[in-house]
Amino acid sequence: METKNHSFASAFAGMMLRDLRVLRREIGPFVLRIIMQPLLFLFVFTYIFPRIGQGNAVGGANFATVLLPGLMAVAIMFSGIAAVALPLSQEFGITREIDDRVMCPLPVAAVAIEKICFSSVQSILAALLVVPLAYLIPATPVHAHVASWPMLVATLILASLVSGALGLTIGSNVKPQQIGLVFSIVVVPITFLGCVYYPWAVLSHVRWLQIAVLLNPIVYMSEGLRAALTPGVPHMPSLLILVALLASLGLLGTFGIKGFLRRVIS
Amino acid sequence: MIVEISGLSKVYQDKQQRVTAVDGIDLTVEKGELFGLLGPNGAGKTTTIGICTTRVLPTSGKVTIAGIDVVAHPAAARRNIGVVPQYNTLDRSLTIFENLYFHCKYFGYSGADAQQRSKDLLAQFHLEERGTNFPNQLSGGLQQRVQIARAIAHRPAVLFLDEPSAGLDPQSRIAMWDAVRSLREEGITVVLTTHYMEEADELCERVAIIDHGKVLALDAPAHLKTTLGADTVIELTLRQNDGKQPLIDRLNALPQIRGLEMTSAGLRLFAQGVDGLLPEILQAANNYGVRDIRMNEPNLETVFIRLTGRDLRE
Ligand SMILES: Nc1ncnc2c1ncn2[C@@H]1O[C@H](COP(=O)(O)OP(=O)(O)OP(=O)(O)O)[C@@H](O)[C@H]1O
Ligand SMILES: [Mg+2]
Repeated sequence: METKNHSFASAFAGMMLRDLRVLRREIGPFVLRIIMQPLLFLFVFTYIFPRIGQGNAVGGANFATVLLPGLMAVAIMFSGIAAVALPLSQEFGITREIDDRVMCPLPVAAVAIEKICFSSVQSILAALLVVPLAYLIPATPVHAHVASWPMLVATLILASLVSGALGLTIGSNVKPQQIGLVFSIVVVPITFLGCVYYPWAVLSHVRWLQIAVLLNPIVYMSEGLRAALTPGVPHMPSLLILVALLASLGLLGTFGIKGFLRRVIS
Repeated sequence: MIVEISGLSKVYQDKQQRVTAVDGIDLTVEKGELFGLLGPNGAGKTTTIGICTTRVLPTSGKVTIAGIDVVAHPAAARRNIGVVPQYNTLDRSLTIFENLYFHCKYFGYSGADAQQRSKDLLAQFHLEERGTNFPNQLSGGLQQRVQIARAIAHRPAVLFLDEPSAGLDPQSRIAMWDAVRSLREEGITVVLTTHYMEEADELCERVAIIDHGKVLALDAPAHLKTTLGADTVIELTLRQNDGKQPLIDRLNALPQIRGLEMTSAGLRLFAQGVDGLLPEILQAANNYGVRDIRMNEPNLETVFIRLTGRDLRE
């Protein structure tokens, strides 16, 4: 058992190292891809808008402050899609290069889990990259501080794993030709309706939507980061957020791993 | 016995149809052997290899590799297995060297050992200058060689090669054969599939001829050829192809003719000793208008045709 676990661990570590090598080679495009969207968002809504008299405040806080956790959640989300769904769909559909890793001496599910884990590293990096932008760009200052380190760490890790699991679910169930479509009809809507641009509490004005979005894991990512970073903005209770993220992880992780196994073992 | 396959079958079932890809295969491969699975498209070669390499779950039957059951302990079995699949699976994001290096890492090599092993493999497969290239910068033949190098990097007991020469030009094919032969000297058992009978003949010590998921014959190529009981295969092309029965009866009566079958263009005769045979055949077939007569030594292809009545590639 001892040696078996050891061999699993070293195969897993080998795959992480492989992904790290590939990421390092593409670090420039990686960073650009991540910062483009929050950069433009902050620029238009928190730099230009206040200057042209469109300044707005939500839930009693300035927009930049509301936006910071939301944009971090979006970065986490997109990074999971980019790190897992797109490459995996390619590898299954066209290049088949995942085969060598599937033939490693460890259970096949571990290859899928490695994908989720490495993607979560990228997601955390992506979320952290948003922070300096939120301080540099907006015309009005962002009021954020770490209200609770445990909550921040737990949310970042869980949210990143959830986004990796969603990426795995999409990547192993969607053909490469249809990835663009899924992106437009699933990923974009859930980010737009993920309480990114406003806290969940203010949705009480649109009650049906407030209830419907509870099925959307991005809501809990945004709200969790609000709870940890901008406690002045209304947010859901921390415990509820963490439980919801855990449940999403369990659900998406199971779907993703099942789909992965179906693709590599016939 | 390094590979043991018993009572193996695989049925692919989906809503529309049910395909029996493997239909009761029993095989054993000895340690150090170079074993071939020869069969036409769709014979079940890839499926059989897939089951042996833990990628396909059998419907029934059992496979053990070096004594380990591949269904019960797939992760452990993979330690003893090297695979070169039918399609190119090199990691396109990594260089050739890194493809080898990370493969070693997956199998638990330390950084230094993985580095050394990768260097040695590049030398062994004459790829030293290609280490820093990416797979897409290499020709198909070289990529195939890299795949073989990578597959044996963790020193597996058995190497499975699925159609290793598909898409290679004759020169690369010969280079690949040399690479495979050199593995034997390292004591690696090789199981390969092919639908090129020359490849099975040249390379393999024993060959299983399979069709429709069944093993039709299994022996050394030289022995398989003698099972025909004939040293010459004669292809007769006739202008008039109907009402051949009198001709068939007449030819069958000749002592040298050991077997005979109809083809779309005429007849195929299996003969032992051809002295004086040709004039007799020509005379007998005179009324049917002989268009062409061709004589060949039996090869695995003719063995296959004799077994199935079909051509190997069509
Ligand atoms: N995943 C699958 N689902 C359904 N049917 C399959 C699947 N894989 C293979 N088959 C069918 O099983 C049969 C055997 O296929 P297999 O790929 O094992 O043949 P093969 O001998 O490798 O042929 P080839 O020379 O074309 O590679 C074929 O009829 C094929 O269509
Ligand atoms: Mg095949």
